[in-house]
Amino acid sequence: MRINRRSWAPVLLAAALVGVCGASAAAEGPAYGSNWQHWQAHAKVSDLPSLQRGARDFVSYCLGCHSLKYERWSRLGKDLKIPKDVLVQNLIPPGQKPADYITSPMPARDAAKWFGKAPPDLSLIARYRGTNYLYRYLKTFYVDSARASGANNLQFPSVSMPDVVSPLEGLKIAVYKTVQEPGPGGKPISHQVFAHFQQIAPGSMTPQQYDRFVHDTINFLDYVSDPARVERRRLGVWVILFLLAFTWLAWLLKREYWKDVR
Amino acid sequence: MAVNDPARLRAAEPARAKKGLWAWINERLPVDEFFRHELTEYFAPKNFNIWYFFGSLAMLVLVMQILTGIFLTMYYHPTASGAYASVQFIMREVSWGWLIRYMHSTGASFFFIVVYLHMFRGLLYGSYRRPRELLWVIGMVVYMALMAEAFMGYVLPWGNMSYWGAQVIINLFGTIPAIGPALTQWIRGDYGISGATLNRLFALHVAAVPIVLLLLVGLHLVALHRVGSNNPDGIEIKDHPGPDGKPLDGIPFHPYYTVKDVMGVGAFFILFALVVFYFPTFHGLFLEPANFTRANPLSTPPDIHPVWYFTPYYAILRAVPSKGLGAFLLAMALVSLVLLPWLDRSPVKSIRYKGWISRLALAVFIVSFVGLGYLGMQPVEPVYVLLARIFAVGYFAFFWLMPFYSRIDPVKPVPERVVYHAH
Repeated sequence: MRINRRSWAPVLLAAALVGVCGASAAAEGPAYGSNWQHWQAHAKVSDLPSLQRGARDFVSYCLGCHSLKYERWSRLGKDLKIPKDVLVQNLIPPGQKPADYITSPMPARDAAKWFGKAPPDLSLIARYRGTNYLYRYLKTFYVDSARASGANNLQFPSVSMPDVVSPLEGLKIAVYKTVQEPGPGGKPISHQVFAHFQQIAPGSMTPQQYDRFVHDTINFLDYVSDPARVERRRLGVWVILFLLAFTWLAWLLKREYWKDVR
Repeated sequence: MAVNDPARLRAAEPARAKKGLWAWINERLPVDEFFRHELTEYFAPKNFNIWYFFGSLAMLVLVMQILTGIFLTMYYHPTASGAYASVQFIMREVSWGWLIRYMHSTGASFFFIVVYLHMFRGLLYGSYRRPRELLWVIGMVVYMALMAEAFMGYVLPWGNMSYWGAQVIINLFGTIPAIGPALTQWIRGDYGISGATLNRLFALHVAAVPIVLLLLVGLHLVALHRVGSNNPDGIEIKDHPGPDGKPLDGIPFHPYYTVKDVMGVGAFFILFALVVFYFPTFHGLFLEPANFTRANPLSTPPDIHPVWYFTPYYAILRAVPSKGLGAFLLAMALVSLVLLPWLDRSPVKSIRYKGWISRLALAVFIVSFVGLGYLGMQPVEPVYVLLARIFAVGYFAFFWLMPFYSRIDPVKPVPERVVYHAH
């Protein structure tokens, strides 16, 4: 599959879409997401095809703004078993070499001006936020015309990042319900809480496809946060087997010596 | 026969009878004598149980921390601009860097696990009682040096929790009357936590405190070998010597306890490897999520708390509304431990022969300490603060009521000789 090197396109497209559809948020669609706080990412770093798809998706949709400044392209290719020619042709942006760190072409100073805040480096985001947080984040964008970007997020309210995944996921609005709670002095206070999402425009992906997209991307970010993990888990088994044998021998030796003690 | 007759000299000094390099060395350095005195003819009680593994394991972890630490310093940059990235460089690009770093970070937590179990053994069997008071006090100084070492090491990766943790801990010195504010500034080397602070904490972490720790551990061992080990029965084995003058219930440390400790080392490393290879962050307990982002003076983490091994004291600190009183109680929590040898007035040493009051008090202490440790990790909420106050009272009651309850405790008769069942 050919990968879109110009990662700007989705950003601009999303911004445009959000602008258009945010105004006409009246269409009916399936309601879901009342339990979003319990959604789980189920990240699995040993799933190599998922990591490869995640790398592709990251380059297509995230690299436009976000860097992985502690990871080199070559390391990514080696760990994810991506052949060098595929790496150079499809993943590495023009002007970068395999030995370079994975950095976004967007100048940080401009980004800070455009979005109000420079997009964070994502090398360790999976460890900092946790994979479940990222999963909920990527799945709880909704149309909010009050925001400059036209979008808001349940996991990260008032987020600066535009809803760049809306071309894939489609657009959804957040539906609120009013609840009454006893306030000070026994007077009931009513306030609005999130009830569920309502899909108002389909994206290019089905919900299942989008879910896999999110899963792959998070899996990839989870790998990047600790790239030695696969090697670590493979090696650990042998180390522990050796230690079990060593401890067993040490126990036999101890038993032999301690026969004298009465 | 002449006084300097060679045959007579050989008979008188067997070490000289040997020839060769080893004999040459031993004439000039008491290697054989040292091993005899400290290992092959050092008698330890034969009834040690599982609690007696943790002293040697603590030494093992100390050595491991020093070795892995040396390799980390080869790549670590002690500057505010370079520290965080250099740790990532170690984790990603240095050959086996991830293993060395995880061994060091996991080692820090395991150090406290074994030291807490080692100290608890002392509580159980009264190992702090006469004649081992100084051994206990030196051990407590080791513990405090270890706390300083761990705190400084925690700051070095320069994550956001490193930064804010340093802020909280160093500010504690500000509660000292009169000199407080000037003292904190002197410790930081700056008006706030900065690169200057990081640089000096690095110097202290890799040079000053490890030297002090090694010295103190050496003293701890010298004191131990002077008075001999206690045992689960709390009986002095030296009081029952055999016809040859050796304790009847003692066995040579080498080979019996060296071979047993090697087995303990194996078991320890199995657990250690499980964490290093499969749970290096230990669900955020050993390496916290908030430390996977760079130090940021403008962004306070939503909930600042230290690593798990400090949380019991942190909970005491937060349990009182006044910062000065909190810091004082924190210091008293440690002082109480140091003074333990003089608080215990029980006629018996070991929990095996203590009565129900002492057992209940120890249970209260365990629940309080673990409870405080848990609460120290939780956000400040009224119910948690109330619980922390209750547990803090439990913690201090264990120590400061001890002179009274240990005297009226209905103790059991202590046997003449240690209880041992041959395997």
